Amino acid sequence: MNQAIRNSWIVAIALFALLFGSISYVQFFAADSLNANPNNQRQLLKTFCSNRGPILVDGQPIAESVPTDTDCKYQRKYNDPLLYAGLTGFFSKYAGQYGLEFAMKDELAGTSNDAFFERISQAFTGAVPQGYSVELTIDKDIQKMAYDMIPDGVAGSIVVMNPKTGAIIAMVSKPSYDTNLLASHDEGSVRAAQAELSQIPGINLYGSSAYTKLYAPGSVFKLIDTAAALESGKYNKDSVLPNPAKMSFPGISYALPNYAYGKCYTQTEATFTFALENSCNTPFASIALDLGQDAITAQAEKFGFNDNSTKIPDKVVTSRFPGGKGPLSDDALAQSAIGQLNVLSSPLQIAMMTAAIANGGKQMQPNMVQTVRTPDLKTVSSLVPEELRQSTTPEIAAQIKDWMVSVVDNGIASQAGIPGVKVAGKTGTAELGDGLNNSWFTGFAPANDPQVVVSIVMPKVDVATGAQLTSPNASKLFKAVLNK
Amino acid sequence: MSQLATVAKPRRNTELLLLLLALAVGIMANALVNLNLGRTFDNDFYTQSTVLTVLSLAVHITLRFRAKYADPVILPVVVALNGIGLAVIHRLDITKGDSAGPRQWLWTTLAVAAAIAVIWILKDHRILRRYTYISLLASVILLLLPLIPGISAGDVNGATVWIRLGPFTFQPGEIAKITLAIFFAGYLSSNRDLILLAGKKIGPLQLPRTRDLAPMIVAWLASVGVLVFQRDLGSSVLFFGLFMVMIYVATSRISWILIGLALMVVGGFAAYQIFPHVNRRIDGWLYAFNPEYIGGDSFQVVQGLFGMANGGLLGTGFGQGSPEIVPLANSDMIIAAIGEELGLVGLFAVLCLYALLVARGFRAALGTRDAFGKLLAVGLAFSFALQCFVIIGGVTRLIPLTGLTTPFLAAGGSSLLANWIIVALILRISDAARRPLDLSPNSMNEQQKEVPTL
Repeated sequence: MNQAIRNSWIVAIALFALLFGSISYVQFFAADSLNANPNNQRQLLKTFCSNRGPILVDGQPIAESVPTDTDCKYQRKYNDPLLYAGLTGFFSKYAGQYGLEFAMKDELAGTSNDAFFERISQAFTGAVPQGYSVELTIDKDIQKMAYDMIPDGVAGSIVVMNPKTGAIIAMVSKPSYDTNLLASHDEGSVRAAQAELSQIPGINLYGSSAYTKLYAPGSVFKLIDTAAALESGKYNKDSVLPNPAKMSFPGISYALPNYAYGKCYTQTEATFTFALENSCNTPFASIALDLGQDAITAQAEKFGFNDNSTKIPDKVVTSRFPGGKGPLSDDALAQSAIGQLNVLSSPLQIAMMTAAIANGGKQMQPNMVQTVRTPDLKTVSSLVPEELRQSTTPEIAAQIKDWMVSVVDNGIASQAGIPGVKVAGKTGTAELGDGLNNSWFTGFAPANDPQVVVSIVMPKVDVATGAQLTSPNASKLFKAVLNK
Repeated sequence: MSQLATVAKPRRNTELLLLLLALAVGIMANALVNLNLGRTFDNDFYTQSTVLTVLSLAVHITLRFRAKYADPVILPVVVALNGIGLAVIHRLDITKGDSAGPRQWLWTTLAVAAAIAVIWILKDHRILRRYTYISLLASVILLLLPLIPGISAGDVNGATVWIRLGPFTFQPGEIAKITLAIFFAGYLSSNRDLILLAGKKIGPLQLPRTRDLAPMIVAWLASVGVLVFQRDLGSSVLFFGLFMVMIYVATSRISWILIGLALMVVGGFAAYQIFPHVNRRIDGWLYAFNPEYIGGDSFQVVQGLFGMANGGLLGTGFGQGSPEIVPLANSDMIIAAIGEELGLVGLFAVLCLYALLVARGFRAALGTRDAFGKLLAVGLAFSFALQCFVIIGGVTRLIPLTGLTTPFLAAGGSSLLANWIIVALILRISDAARRPLDLSPNSMNEQQKEVPTL
């Protein structure tokens, strides 16, 4: 009998061993993935009422946690919310977490992996983790200036960045809203605000449209065609391009026209300089047809299209070329090559593309977080400029830059110019089919030592409004940044 | 007999020392709860500390008088577990505005009083053997009580296992666990020779005769009955496991285990096919993170897992986690609450206490000299192990979650009462196991006359 008792004891011990194993699995091996599970409300609950770190612009908090008298000890408060809603996002128990509040949640809560040893010591001292502060690369004045350039009623976006470091100097979009409404501790008022805000046309509650929305880029995409042409070796700066007034395609009634109001119709052949200065369509369509869809796609990808991994640190929407699946027909490829139909881009992507040309073909990692600091001001991390990819050769980048300078000096972007400073630029007008356009400008200054890139999109405006809202505003932003 | 060679010592002073340590664990746990939740030391704290101290010293003193040679480790282990349970329940009360804590002290008082009574009145565990068939009858009645209209408390959290007595609710199945163990120990110790010797041998398997299979069939039917009529998966598994281990120890025949496992597989598979509540439990376990189940059938277990993951290695600290998110945090899911706030380290400590308790039960079984005592001790000790396995395994998603109480920790009076009585019985048997044989002629008592030849 005693032997049977001993055998049963072994069974009992085996049961306990299984339990030791399963507890270790849950609390040690699977703990990280359980904590990261989207259905897990605990991390949120832990931080929702806690003293999260501030988000700072020029040393001033644009998001901070202020003490309250309720059970929920801290309330997240956003200062100047309309100006910064698209960057901070918000931190809510009821409406989710977005923007930097989401992307930097571990740092703001003071629980990021960088803080591992600090957490160990907290575990023994019992101290509650305090959030880290996040200082942005944003310039308060430029941000304000850019924001005011978008008229009410226009769902525009503006990105200002440093091409050499990738640091974002300003990023704004309209319409904006008061993030405090969604961060309230009162569920009813959050739900009501969410429902009301989502009625506003063009609004994006979950991050600036500058990096979360896609637009047809129009003629600014021609810069990519140009790079592809030069890189193929089939074209050089002296190439003469076909410039018919219209391009027809066999079996299709649609014919691709040149821009009706410019000088394009004056010649049937064009140099790159002429084609870019006047933003003629048919020369670039014919380049695309000559090189083929794969070559244009490859060049677009070198500039960052179709890359779903870009973070600033919030995730950037993926810009696409071609947007559709499978091979494009000739007419579709021709239209896509001039930034319509099958191509979609975020304003930030256009800024990144421009920055790569400005920076000798080197595309830098875009970022808006300058420094992360502990409450006692120890630096946890600091922005280190990082090369993302080589978009094109320095020679080709220099050549495109020269042409972009002449677009401003002699072409249709002349209003972007600044006296005494060489500015490089390119406009774009994507037709939306109802008389309205996405009006674009992208460019940089000074051309010989680029300090600043400005990309502007004003969607759904008529041609005249678009021209007035893009190039002249870019000029003001160039001046403002260069005078800093 | 080798047992005679060891010098038996009462070890009551060792017990006292360990008991003080155990009290310190329970009281300091409760103090931490108050400190971390920003409470001043309220009346609840002093009441709980006093209740725990007075009660455990009362058991200790009873043992000094009535079971001098009882195992000195068992009582401190149980006091530590009960103390931790009270602290965690108090902690959850504070967050949820509940009052399960005071109920739990009252039940602890009652349960410890019952344990003292058992030790005091029951001078020799073998007396229980006389009540073999009365125990069977009592078990059947206890198991049927929740199904009788009028006293049944109806369907509570999906199972019909409760009865209502005035303002109290009670789970008779918890007591049935003890009476069934007594019945099986009595039946098997009387009939094991018959069961062992009769029957055909097929290959290496010695098959039992059909009539000797009767208790196994009864056990199986009882388990299935509990599963079907009371929809209590946990108790069903527990009863059946209890019978299996006791029959195995009585006969040392692996064939019983194989037959038992076969019955369990058949029963389990049939239950999965036939009963929707079993089916839902199993699917909720297999596909716990599936969106279809995560808000419903697996909500509880997934929230428990999130809590335990939140605790990680060292835990959030008492009062610093959110264990109240988990439904039934202070009863079925108390392990998840402890895991969250005391961490992997804390749960390991708790599991070690259980393993120690089970080990001491088995030690008593090995040491005692009569077959009845051996079977009873093994059955009771194994039921603790099985209960831990079923509930903690369920909470950690090792096996499907079933509603069983975590012994001594979980809120619940019937369970506390039953488990303290079990502890009293194990203490009684361990006393018999460790007591030196008095061979002087004028002290020939019943004990020596019945020493079995093993």
